[in-house]
Amino acid sequence: MSDVFPKWTNRLPMLLLVGLVMAGTAVVAGVWYYFTPKYTRVGYQPIQPVAFSHALHVGQLGMDCRYCHSAVEESWYSNVPSASSCMNCHNQVLKDSPKLDLVRQSAATGEPIPWVQVHKVPDYVYFNHAVHVRRGISCVECHGPIHQMDEVYHAQPLSMAFCLDCHRDPASRIRPVDKVTDLEWTWNSDPAIAADLQRVNGEKFVHDWNVQSLQNCSACHR
Amino acid sequence: MRYFVLAFVLLVFVVVSIAGCRGGLSRRPPVELFADMDRQPKLRPQAVNRFFGNGLSSRLPVPGTIARGAPYQDLPLNTGREPGTTNFVTLLPVPLTSGLLARGQERYAIHCAMCHGAAGDGKGLLAKYQMVGMANFHDQRLVAMPDGEIFNTITHGKNLMGAYGATINPQDRWAIIAYLRALQRAHLATVDDVPEPARAGLNK
Repeated sequence: MSDVFPKWTNRLPMLLLVGLVMAGTAVVAGVWYYFTPKYTRVGYQPIQPVAFSHALHVGQLGMDCRYCHSAVEESWYSNVPSASSCMNCHNQVLKDSPKLDLVRQSAATGEPIPWVQVHKVPDYVYFNHAVHVRRGISCVECHGPIHQMDEVYHAQPLSMAFCLDCHRDPASRIRPVDKVTDLEWTWNSDPAIAADLQRVNGEKFVHDWNVQSLQNCSACHR
Repeated sequence: MRYFVLAFVLLVFVVVSIAGCRGGLSRRPPVELFADMDRQPKLRPQAVNRFFGNGLSSRLPVPGTIARGAPYQDLPLNTGREPGTTNFVTLLPVPLTSGLLARGQERYAIHCAMCHGAAGDGKGLLAKYQMVGMANFHDQRLVAMPDGEIFNTITHGKNLMGAYGATINPQDRWAIIAYLRALQRAHLATVDDVPEPARAGLNK
């Protein structure tokens, strides 16, 4: 009888248990780390058909976001400008540059430039740009430092947890409405003072502008 | 046991080196776990939609139709002209308030200042970038120009200036004109316009 199971099998239950615990931990850790928009979406930087640089136009030249994204304060959707907006300046600036061939062609024919959309919430999420920018939520909160990006990348996860962080505490992000498109703006150059001012003024704005801390499902899903 | 641990460490190492860390830049589109819910076959603005022959989901208006809420009446507010004529209106068809001026200042900074300059002297930032022919609002010709004609220029463009009718709504165009008049007035001001106590602080 003693030859049927060799001696090492005495340790088998222990080995199996340790192995399962390790494998389980690895799977949980992997899902936690990778199966989230913090990994799947953040850092997405597609190649665009025209090498448009926000760093140049906004960061260096100081153009306002709304020169191009002109309907963002009225519409749920932040529009991509038509090529004719580009041609307001580029009919003179770099007017023969091959980099702008597609823009000139689009302006002449009406055929749109096939820009690749970077920031895309799922279709069952109804995000409204107008209501956010008109109540002091800056572009930078969701889109990151666009004014420093030569090529736009996805800077924030735009996951449900990301939305709820702010919806549970709007006072932590809200700012004066006329500073919404000023992406470098802070209350104070000292972060500690800025945080205090944010708290005091944020709570005041939330109260004065009747900002609701919407957390019910139908606020975003319909 | 030793082999198991070795294999385990190797596996973790391989997964991490292939998948990388959070936030790394990538050209590949994001993986969507429930693609059929994330991307529904519905119309989205400015996206490709194969339902239409040319693939444009944002449709152009059918000729002869007017979108809901779009200005269409032959009113000075919408055209800058006296109704039924081609004469430009001389003055704003909207009430002049401090709110309108503030709105005009904001819109001027967004849409106009790049070329025409914050002071309206035609020396905006783009003058450094081969742009020429930007109007100086302090020219006598423009000071005397009827408000309606300026409205018409903003709406339809003129010479090298593009049309802004599609991006600035009529109310905002009038606000910009009101602010423009304030800029012109400020430029024409003399020291007599400054209240007596404030004159000492002026930089002569």
